[in-house]
Amino acid sequence: MSDHSLASSEHADDHGVEHPGYGTFVKVWLALVVLTGLLVLMSHFGQSYAVWGLLILTPIKAGLVFYFFMHLKYEGALLKGVVLVTLGTLLIFFALLFSDVAFR
Amino acid sequence: MSESSHAHAIHRDDFGARLGMWLFLVTEMVLFGGLFIAYSYMRSKYPAEFHHAGAELNATLGITNTLVLLTSSLTVVLAIVAIQRGDRRKTMAFLATTLGLGLVFLVIKSFEWATKFHHGLYPNSAHLATLPHGEQVFFGLYFTMTGLHGLHVIAGLSVLGYMLRMVAKGEITQDRYVHLENGGLYWHLVDVIWIFLLPLFYLAA
Repeated sequence: MSDHSLASSEHADDHGVEHPGYGTFVKVWLALVVLTGLLVLMSHFGQSYAVWGLLILTPIKAGLVFYFFMHLKYEGALLKGVVLVTLGTLLIFFALLFSDVAFR
Repeated sequence: MSESSHAHAIHRDDFGARLGMWLFLVTEMVLFGGLFIAYSYMRSKYPAEFHHAGAELNATLGITNTLVLLTSSLTVVLAIVAIQRGDRRKTMAFLATTLGLGLVFLVIKSFEWATKFHHGLYPNSAHLATLPHGEQVFFGLYFTMTGLHGLHVIAGLSVLGYMLRMVAKGEITQDRYVHLENGGLYWHLVDVIWIFLLPLFYLAA
């Protein structure tokens, strides 16, 4: 991948940040495929494993897509903040709903 | 006024364009997030019915479609790397691959839905009305969420198809590719939503 990193260093964007090469994203894709395989494997061990797989592996997969594929890694604090505030809001709604359901 | 003397002094704000796209994407996240919360509540209310109805779904097709979408996400991001390097042919090849994979996703999805319809499972069907209430809720959420996601796939393919046209016409270039970035962002969000739909309906139910 040395030729790729060499080529990418020639094209810095308007922030002066170097663009990642093909290899970075292929590695992320491989990680996503492996995590999917792990998720499927866990679901074969029964329902509780499947749910744990869902709760742990799925957010990691989504995080990888957000961080690398959607370039959040290379964005500033404002864009990262917009996404985090949204996810936080959803989490609050989620917690509020289940705090209601749990005490009925 | 040094800018006005420049031959191509057009106002452009790539960061602003991406910020606008992200603001739109967070509304999409809230839209699907609400449905995810609805699913979680209904699942906690009808665990046995969700388990039984979930067994009706074809996990192999769901997993295959996950791999198809993950790969299509990769090719979009590779198209952006290619345009950053000024390689127009590679950009177009990666985008065309993405479009092809998106179509494969839709074909698999349509086979899956056709099988459900064949078994009498479709919104408001007579057979569905005979099932327990929890299973009706499961299939209601299944058709709503995968259907809404499918519409997003069609929208994403239209956007990326237009991006391919813009690259071909030289309107998206090495120096100006924020349209392609934003089109890609939309496609990745469609991928992220499916990442959640797979375990919700096909694996953990």
